[in-house]
Amino acid sequence: MAKKVVVIGGGIAGMESSAYLAEMGYDVTLLEKENSLGGHLRNWERLFPTMRLGQEVLDFLKLGIETKVNVIRNANILKINRIDKRFQIELERGASFNADALLITTGYDLFDATKKEEYGYGIYDNVITSAELEKMFMEGKSILTPTGKIPKKIGLIHCVGSRDEKVGHVYCSKVCCVTAVKQAIELKEKLSAVEIYCFYMDMRMYGMHFESLYKEAQEKHAINFIRGRLSEACENQDQSILIKVEDTLAGRPLKLSVDLLVLMVGFIPSKGTKEIGKLMELEFGTNGFYKTKDQHTLTNVSNIPGVFFAGSCTGPKTITNTVTDARAAVTTVASYLEGYNLEIRTKAFFQ
Amino acid sequence: MIDFGYKIQADRQINLDTTDKDLANFVRKHENSFNICIGCGTCTASCSAGNFTNFNFRKLQLFICRGEIADVKTEIAKCMLCGKCQLACPRGVNTRNVIMTIRKGLEEQL
Amino acid sequence: MKIEGKQALWKDYQKEIADDNYFYVRSCIRQSFFPGSETAFLNIMRQDLGKDVYEHPCHTTCTGIGYHSDIVPLETTMTVVARQFALMTEAGYKNYVPSCVTSFGLYTEILDIWHHFPETLAKTRENLKKATGREFQIPENLAHASDIIYKFRKEIAAKAKYKLINKSTNQPIKVVEHIGCHYSKMFPSKGVGGAEYPYVLVGMIEEWGGEVIDYPERRHCCGFGFRQYLVQANRGYSIACSHKKFESMQPFKPDLILTNCPGCPMFLDKWQYAIAEMEGKTYGENGQGIPVFTYEELAGLVLGYNPWDLGVQLHQVSCEPLLDKIGIPYDADKKYEGINGQKLGIPEMPLTLKCC
Repeated sequence: MAKKVVVIGGGIAGMESSAYLAEMGYDVTLLEKENSLGGHLRNWERLFPTMRLGQEVLDFLKLGIETKVNVIRNANILKINRIDKRFQIELERGASFNADALLITTGYDLFDATKKEEYGYGIYDNVITSAELEKMFMEGKSILTPTGKIPKKIGLIHCVGSRDEKVGHVYCSKVCCVTAVKQAIELKEKLSAVEIYCFYMDMRMYGMHFESLYKEAQEKHAINFIRGRLSEACENQDQSILIKVEDTLAGRPLKLSVDLLVLMVGFIPSKGTKEIGKLMELEFGTNGFYKTKDQHTLTNVSNIPGVFFAGSCTGPKTITNTVTDARAAVTTVASYLEGYNLEIRTKAFFQ
Repeated sequence: MIDFGYKIQADRQINLDTTDKDLANFVRKHENSFNICIGCGTCTASCSAGNFTNFNFRKLQLFICRGEIADVKTEIAKCMLCGKCQLACPRGVNTRNVIMTIRKGLEEQL
Repeated sequence: MKIEGKQALWKDYQKEIADDNYFYVRSCIRQSFFPGSETAFLNIMRQDLGKDVYEHPCHTTCTGIGYHSDIVPLETTMTVVARQFALMTEAGYKNYVPSCVTSFGLYTEILDIWHHFPETLAKTRENLKKATGREFQIPENLAHASDIIYKFRKEIAAKAKYKLINKSTNQPIKVVEHIGCHYSKMFPSKGVGGAEYPYVLVGMIEEWGGEVIDYPERRHCCGFGFRQYLVQANRGYSIACSHKKFESMQPFKPDLILTNCPGCPMFLDKWQYAIAEMEGKTYGENGQGIPVFTYEELAGLVLGYNPWDLGVQLHQVSCEPLLDKIGIPYDADKKYEGINGQKLGIPEMPLTLKCC
């Protein structure tokens, strides 16, 4: 009989790993707490750096799990028991599943921007998040500020909730810089007369083709990049937003009014990541994501034998990284189930 | 008017809502590579003029973008157009033509 | 503006404020800048609210101004603060209420230092004992006097004779509030409403019928900042700060600036005169300034105190336009009368700023 794998979380990592595991002949059950699969990808219209539609990637992922994967939606996990080397997962509605291995793909949540009180999100109408801007793109309506104006000036703030000890997230979220560049270009394409200002701490254009997207934003779209971090946002009488930064290259304070302020919110460990972690006593790293057994050599291995990780539940990742990580996790899970002993080479495995 | 022995100090803050960005727009239009600067400062580090004067191409580009253009005319006069910065620039900014275009922009606006 | 967003934050920044038996300490400078305010506080607390407030004749400066001007060393400051606490302990009180925001900030800071570095507390006890023979207990509750008025804002509203309503338009009086920097910018959790959107004055304004204006430079310093002003050569910096605020608030046409700190009303009031005389610019209606009030003065006004007893005639910017808007009666002839009807003389009028 085929060995059983339960994958927890139906986002990119969960879908892609399920597809490979099922195709390899394992009996795969994919548990998703929501009614639909795809996770955050469902809310992203176009993807950096190619500007292709997110839907295309979603369609690709869906094809992989269409026939051989047992997909359970609206699955709320109540209990996970470990009996010898096997796992028993109980759902709220009474269903229960057995597994020889567990793959956790519980992903991330977006940072709650109200925590940066001085940025005025949730207080000033014309302050929105990158996710809300993406929703506007998704809906295909004309771009208006929440107070109903066609924006003439837009500010994009990088690193909101990332690289910030004050909110307890010291790490870089990896995708926000390039998302800002992508969204700035899209805004400029939709509103040709708009002036766009990106406020950054460092431009982290590490991915292949990210730098050329950045250059395109400058060269073709005249997007303004100002090296400075937002200190505070206030509301003007006309409900535009007054922002203050230090222009660190000029070495002088700078202020600017924008009709729309977009906060590039970063990654935080998801609620699901925290819940499943607590339920199973999985180890968390200092940043609150799951701790992998070794940062270089055991990237998909947890502290519990038979339990593995894939995707952004171990830290911020791009879609490309997530897909790659999911496939890497599949080989790790399969080698465990087949009794290969490749991990044993690593010292950390014994600790 | 009364002289109290002090004046209301001028604001150091750059007010992007009110500064003069006409020159920036002129240069952007005529020498597009002006836009692609990333402020790395290689130009200034390699500058022959900058070794003996306070000429700073990075700051020149920056302040024109910010619309702070009061000193631009005297600043560009310090450039010797040697082209060393153009060789060094990692983004391929046509720095010599940027200087020439700034000069043209200033003349046209005068 | 989404008020629910602010309300959600305000919920996170509530602090404990004792409800009776206060040990009150005055500010060094308020009695000369706004001489009726502290008396008004005591009268409101004792007569209108029936609370016990004790004042000790031997209390001194907290050294806040000296401390923030780099003149008084921290160890000395801690010992002086410990002496104030000793006076409180000796008088049998546990709830310490400073009138001054800088004092409040300094006490909060020192309590925090003592908490994190207990050896400094031990050293302070030793210093105080050696210098004065006194011993002290740390206050059970530390609240700024504006916290106390905030706590009883509803009781004051219930007894109010006037509401903050413009009687000719029936619209709420438009108020900009200015919180002293030391109230919550150093320790957001110690201020009602936190540091970014403090609620302490907003709560009073709302409760008494006014409308709060949030303007872009609300968080900016009033211009006191101690060393900005104390050295004459730096005063251009001080007045530039106030100037920035006035320029930012003017488009909203506020009827009133409300403050909770000793320095802020001084600078927001007097610099309007200096700016008018230096540049000919005024910020209120008809060439006048924007009236600046302390929260005790405003509480006194709504409770029906005689404006002259509150000392509002000592403001540089005339208060009469605001009194007229609310419909508070006053006897113009008695504006400059001292105790027993003694005539104190009428001050010279400024050249540019229109005053009554």
